Parts: sequence; structure tokens; C-alpha cells
Amino acid sequence: MASAVVLLAIVLAVVLGPLVWRVPINEIDFAAQLAGPSWAHPLGTDDLGQDILARLLYGGRISIAVGLCAMLVAAVVGVLVGAIAGMSRGSVDAALMWLADLFLSLPQLPLLLLIIYLFRGALTSVFGSQGGIFVMVVAVIGGLRWMQVARLVRAQILSIREKEFIEAARALGASKVRQVVRHILPNAMGPVIVAGTIDVAAAIIAESTLSFLGLGFPPDIPTWGRVLFDAKDTLDVAPHWALFSGAAIFLTVLSINFIGDGLRDALDPRRVL
Amino acid sequence: MTDTLLDIRELKTWFATDDGMVRAVDGVDLKIGRGETVGVVGESGCGKTVTARSVLKLIDMPPGRFEGGQILWQGRDLLPLGAAEMDKIRAREIAIIFQEPMTSLNPVYTVGAQIAEVLREHEKLTRRQAIDRAAEMLSLVNIPNAKARVHDYPHQFSGGMRQRVMIALALSCRPKLLIADEPTTALDVTIQAQILELMQEMKERFGMAIMLITHAMGVVAETCQRVVVMYAGKVVEEAPAVALFGNPRHPYTQGLIRSIPRVDRAAEHKERLEAIQGTVPSLLNPPPGCRFAQRCRFASDVCRQAMPPLKQVGPGHFVRCVL
Amino acid sequence: MSRQYLIRRLLIAIPSLLGISIVLFTVLALAPGDPFGELASNPAIPPEVAASLRAKFGLDDPVWIRYMHWLVAMVHGDWGFSFASRINVDTLILQRLPTTLIVIGAAQILAIIVALPVGVLAGTRPYSIFDQVANTLAFIGFSLPTFFTGLLLILIFSVRLDWLPMVYRADLGSTGWTWFVAEIKQSIMPVAVLGLFQGASLVRYVRSAVLDVVRLDYVTTARSKGIGERKVITRHVVRTALIPVVTLVALQMPVVFGGAIVTEQIFRVPGIGSLLISAMLSNDTPVVMAVTFVFACLVVLFNLIADILYGWLDPRIAYR
Ligand SMILES: Nc1ncnc2c1ncn2[C@@H]1O[C@H](COP(=O)(O)OP(=O)(O)OP(=O)(O)O)[C@@H](O)[C@H]1O
Ligand code: SF4
Ligand SMILES: [Mg+2]
Repeated sequence: MASAVVLLAIVLAVVLGPLVWRVPINEIDFAAQLAGPSWAHPLGTDDLGQDILARLLYGGRISIAVGLCAMLVAAVVGVLVGAIAGMSRGSVDAALMWLADLFLSLPQLPLLLLIIYLFRGALTSVFGSQGGIFVMVVAVIGGLRWMQVARLVRAQILSIREKEFIEAARALGASKVRQVVRHILPNAMGPVIVAGTIDVAAAIIAESTLSFLGLGFPPDIPTWGRVLFDAKDTLDVAPHWALFSGAAIFLTVLSINFIGDGLRDALDPRRVL
Repeated sequence: MTDTLLDIRELKTWFATDDGMVRAVDGVDLKIGRGETVGVVGESGCGKTVTARSVLKLIDMPPGRFEGGQILWQGRDLLPLGAAEMDKIRAREIAIIFQEPMTSLNPVYTVGAQIAEVLREHEKLTRRQAIDRAAEMLSLVNIPNAKARVHDYPHQFSGGMRQRVMIALALSCRPKLLIADEPTTALDVTIQAQILELMQEMKERFGMAIMLITHAMGVVAETCQRVVVMYAGKVVEEAPAVALFGNPRHPYTQGLIRSIPRVDRAAEHKERLEAIQGTVPSLLNPPPGCRFAQRCRFASDVCRQAMPPLKQVGPGHFVRCVL
Repeated sequence: MSRQYLIRRLLIAIPSLLGISIVLFTVLALAPGDPFGELASNPAIPPEVAASLRAKFGLDDPVWIRYMHWLVAMVHGDWGFSFASRINVDTLILQRLPTTLIVIGAAQILAIIVALPVGVLAGTRPYSIFDQVANTLAFIGFSLPTFFTGLLLILIFSVRLDWLPMVYRADLGSTGWTWFVAEIKQSIMPVAVLGLFQGASLVRYVRSAVLDVVRLDYVTTARSKGIGERKVITRHVVRTALIPVVTLVALQMPVVFGGAIVTEQIFRVPGIGSLLISAMLSNDTPVVMAVTFVFACLVVLFNLIADILYGWLDPRIAYR
């Protein structure tokens, strides 16, 4: 419950914050370089004297947007794959599940880094530097996280396929797609929502990790991970810089994880993990 | 009864649940003498298992707790005993076997190791000696090729065989009392007979007392000297087997006995089985009077006002009914 | 555990390695330009040399032939030449790999030492104060990204307290006892960051596995044997609860490698993780590909180890 409040506060802050706190994110002020928290700069400033609060509020939008979009990608791919596998059975099913297992044993971060390394140039030329990175980060993070949802959807389909109301729908001549959309998916929603919630947190961490390694968003887009990356070399003189950006990531992820856990308890009390 | 082994007095085992206090065992009295076989019968949920597990203090606490009463083992109350004292009673004095042979053995150890574990705990034996004794026990319960099979895992045995292993395990420290909680319910009919026969054989050999919990009145009639009938956490009738079957006094017992399927009255079978209508009342907030009142043909206002006391109606024959 | 089981597991590892190699190669083949062909398309290189390079890398062959060539080269350990370090990639990786394995191994051991008792205690006393505290800490533990924990530790133990060195140095310039102490001191933070992260999820796995096991019938049987609660828990509960935990830990391995890359980068540990990042920053494609491939192999290897452990822990498996 408390976590829902915290998360809501964070989301409201990043959505509405930049409207209220109108300090520009890139106003360079060498006089106020690496200054600690003050009235003018509540969270202090960075090495260029830019306001950290403004940067975190703005960057939070990107970080959270990446999390949500990547989750959507994962959920859509997962539902599609799971539905196809569950409805088709046989060799298609086996192949898709083998693929899911394979993806589960891929080393996610190295692969993520590799893809971004190889494709960064091409995508930035198509979508521009900001859009290109965004599309790529979302697609890759989402594309590496669909397996859980696919398994859940498939398991759900297998378990309720034979139940009466599906039989009835089939007898009435409902098409396969219709059966899935109208009858099976609504039943599979609970676990998918839980998995999706946790995916948002995982995607935020993945994006932050990329940016933290200097391989995600460019310096002019202050996502939380990027801010932390910039902050890490002045840890000794300006710890507030790293602390505030790290705390933003941590609090967001923690509250999402807690919410996911609470949802799981509420939706499926039998499972503990 | 000259030599009482176990004397349960007014035992109350309750469970704290989200819905309230479940009075699973609510003032049970039960005596078992040396070498005696006592049957405990009653329909599902009446508290047989909880009574049996209470004796060895195998109740999960929380949610369970002993709300009152005594469990006297050879005159000594077990309820206040600490864990270490209790462990000296378990297996060595009182052993227990459960309903589900498929799940009551640990899948990751060989059956020999599981029998040896209890032997080494209570008797000073080396690993070798313990395994040899385990093999002896297995051949005693008629497991063919016991010397080799001590090294097999539970999943390599059938259900009936596993129950034999459980019996071997329970008897390996020669307990004075064996509590058998529906030992045959999960087994095929033919296997059931074999297991009961085995228990009889073991009793003749080791002379232990048996507390046999079961749904099957037929089994009770064949094997038990005395019978305790439970209903909704209470003992409603207690009698020597002959008296109970010849002259059941409690309406619930009468119903139970009528429900025994009898070959000679096959035509009436179906109707007979339905002799007791309705279900066990909730143990959450039991009504003040006789707990059988809702289902009893003879129920009157007297029955509903206060719990009838256990009264003697014959030699060793007690009944909790106003009739 | 039977011999067939081992062999079967080994055989199952091969298709997953092939699958992973296909995924990697696909990524490579789809990539714009010819990552390996950078030299070949470099205008400073004479056309004849470029053509022979193209032929050597087989850049003009159909894609599946290129895949076969690439795979054969990978299997032979012929991983190319590092543009940045000017040595063979396999030599470079072999220099760096032990450090990574030691850090991950030490972290895993730390995680087990901390998480196993905590998880077991929490699982045997569900909803007690201890359980709630442990559960909350575990939650915080795996919600804390490794890069943030790393910076926090540096901030506290290096910047503020000045107890531990901020970065890891490969050659410490000392010998004997001083070397050993310095080595330990500089390893504490990387190992702690990674270990606590793994330990946090391990606590939750162990707790839930224990919760599942304690209510099983055979645990009651064990209690009825009078062997004491301690032996009941260690021999009967923990021993069987470990079986699902092994699987979950194996599933988590890819995440652990991700954490290792970050940790190595923060503390400048000279392992293959930091090698990967520096290779990317210097456009050293052969190294990038090879390190990614090594990570993939490590994941498969750890899955294999987990399978073998599983078969060893659960006697039922070997007969299926
Ligand atoms: N751990 C527990 N928590 C809450 N209630 C419990 C617990 N264990 C037993 N009970 C309750 O105690 C009552 C008696 O159960 P018990 O298992 O003793 O019945 P039984 O006579 O053995 O039935 P059966 O013939 O089905 O084995 C039941 O209503 C059950 O719901
Ligand atoms: S006391 Fe009354 S209600 Fe209870 S069994 Fe006897 S006659 Fe029936
Ligand atoms: Mg029972």
C-alpha cells in the first residue's frame, strides 16, 4: 500500500514536476558547479552547474516510459507467442517453447549491449539520436523479456481449453482467434499483470544499466542511469549527485516490485514465489 | 483394564484460523491399555487425526494449541514436556503411521537410511549395524529381497510396499503403542487386507498396543477389542467391540453401524449408506447442546440445552446421549 | 545418478549452444555494414588486400555458409585479433576469464552462506518478525541495482571511511602477505555487491521452497522419529528444499552475469565484463563478439552444472 503511494508520487512528480519546477535541464552555471542541495537547487547541481532536480524529473519520464513501453512490447510478444503455442500444440508449440527456453538462457545484458553496439548507428540515422536509442532500448529490452508471459499464457490456455465455456464457444463456431481473445485471455490476465509489473521494474533497471555503462542514452538526455553515470566520477566531492539519482531508481524499482508482490498475493494466494 | 498405557483426559486441541477458533478436539477422553487394540471411528473431520497427532505433539503450533486436558503416558503428562523429553517418547515408546504411504517417506533418502536414522538416534548403533537392522525389519514386514532393497528409494516401491516400509520404520524401536491413522485408506482393497494382516502379525510378535483410526467399521469389528466413536471433536460412545456392535446406544453409532455395507442385504445397501443425513456441524462455534442434535431423529429440547455427560450403560460401555 | 542421465544432459546442452550461436550470428548478420569487414572496407587499405580480406572472412558467401565458417572458427578457438589490444582474442579472454570466474564464484559462495540460513529460518517461522525483516531486506536487496550498491559501497568504505581501495588493481606491486591482504581488501566490495544481490533473491527462493516442504507428510514422519527439530530441518527440510532452489538459481544465472559486468566496470576489475565494455567503447568488434559468446557458453555451462546438481540431489530424476 505504502509502495503504491510512493510510486504514485514518483509518477506524478515526473509527469507534472517539469511543469511546476521550471528550471531548464541544461542551464549551465559554472558558478554553482557541484553545489550541494540549496533553495535554488533543492537536489544540488552537477559538474556543469545544471539543476539535478530538473534533470531527474525530466529523465524520470524517459526512464519510466522505457519501462512501460518495454513491458508492453514484452507483454504483446509474450501473449502472441503464448497464444499461438497454446492453441496450436504439436510441433509449433514445442518449437516456440524451445525458443522461450533458449531466450531464458541467453545472457541478457551482454546481448543487449551487443545489439545496441551493432545497431546504434543505423537507428540513430533513421529516428534521430534520441528517438533511435529509445526505440532500440525499448525493443531490445522488451524483446528479451517475453518468455515469462508466453509461458503463463500458454499454461493458462492449456488448463482452460477444455473447460465447458470454451467447448461451448467452439460448438457455436467461434474462431480460434475469437476464442483466445474473448474467453482465454481475460482468464490469463492475473498472472500476466503480475509478470508485467515486475517487467516494468526489470526494464527500468536494464535501461539504467545501459546508460550507467555509458552505452545507453547520450549525455543530453538525463535518464536516471545516465545521471548516475555522469555522477560516479565525482563521488568524493559531490555524493548528493549520485545519491539522488540512484535513490530515484531504487525507490521506483522497489515500489514496483512491492506492488507486483502484493498483486500476486491478491490474485494468486497459492503461489509464494 | 489393569495396566493403562495411555490416558487422554479432557484433551482440547484448537486451531486459531482466520475465521476464528476451530475446536477440532474439544474435550476427548480415551484410554488404551497395554497390548490392547482400540479402534477410533467417526466420519471425516471429526478430529481423529488431530487426536492422534496430539499424543505425539505433532500438531503445528501455530495455528494449533492445546487448550486444556492431559495426555498421561504411563502416568506422566506429556503436554508440559519439553522438546528433548518428547523426543525420547517418540518412536521409542509411541510410533505413528499415516494415511498416505506415497508421501510419508522422504523421497531423497533410501528406505534403509530412513529406518537406520531412527535406530541410530535411539540405540547406540554403527551405520552398518543400523542398516543391517533396517534390512531385518524390512524382511519382517515381508518385503522380498530385503537385504538389497534397503538401498532403494521410496519411489521404487509401490504404495502397499511403502506402507510396509512405514510399519517397519514405526516398529523398529519396538514402541509400546502404535498409532495407525487410516493406514489402509489410500490402498487397493486387496492390499488393505494384507496390511491389516501384517499389523495383526506384528502385534502378535511385538505385543504393542494399537490405536487404529479408520472409517471402516468392518475393519474395527474384525481387529479391535474396544472402540471409541468420535463426533465433531467429542467422544460420543465408547465400548468393547462386541457390545458396540451388538448394542450400539448412541444414535450416531447406530447410523454408522447400519451404514456398513453387508453382502447379505445388498438390495438395501444404498438406502442403508444414506442412513446418516446432513453433515458435521461447524467446529467454529459449536452449539451448546448435543452436537449431533441437528441430525438426530430423537433430538428434543433437552438435547439442545446442554452437552449430555458421558454415562455408563454397561461394563466399559459409555455413551454421551440423554436417551 | 546414472551415466545415461549425465550423457543426456550433455547432449541437451549442445542444441542450446547452437541455438545461442545462431541468435548471435543473426544479430551480427543483420547488423548494418560488415562489422568484421571494417578493415576490408577501410579506404586506406589497398583494394587487393581488401579483396583478400573479404575472401578470408567469406563476406560474399551465402549466409548459412558464413555461419558455418564462423561457427567452425569459434569452436576452434580462432576468434580473431583484437584491434585495440593487438593480441589474439582468445589469449586476451583467457587472461581475463579467471578473474571473472573468481569474483562470481566468491560472490555465489557469499550469497549461499548468508542466504541459506536466513531463508531457512524465515521459512520455518513464516510471518514472524524475523521473517518479515528478512523478507523486506531481501526485497530491498534485489531492488537495489548493482551499479547503485557499488557506488554506495565506494562512497561509504572508500570515500568516507577510506578502509578499502576504490578500484581493483591487477598488479599490486607487492608480494607475500601484503599482496594477499591487499588482494582481499580490493576484492571485498566487488564480491559483496554481487553476492548481496544474488543472496537477496536466494533468500526468497529458499524461504518459499522451505515453506513448501515443511508442510509435507514426510516432515511429520521425521518429527515422529524423535530425532530433534534441528535434524528434522537440516536433513529433511533443507535437503529437499534445495532441489527447486538449484533450478531457480540456474535460471537466474544470466542476470548474475549482467551484474558481474556492471560490478567489474564500477570497480575496474580486469575480467571479461569490463573487457566487453572497453571493447565496445573502442569499437573492437572481434572482442565484443567473443566475450558475448563466452558469456553465452558460461550460462549454458552453469545450467549444465545445475542439471547435474539437480540429478544428484533428487534420486527420482535419474530414473525418469
Ligand atoms: N492445521 C489446521 N488448521 C486449522 N484447522 C485444522 C488444522 N488441522 C485440522 N484442522 C481441523 O480440525 C478438524 C478435524 O480434522 P481431523 O484431520 O482430525 O479429522 P479426521 O477425523 O482425521 O478426518 P479424516 O477422516 O478426513 O481424516 C477439521 O475440521 C479440520 O478442518
Ligand atoms: S443427546 Fe439427543 S440429540 Fe444427541 S444423540 Fe442423544 S438423542 Fe440425539
Ligand atoms: Mg484424518
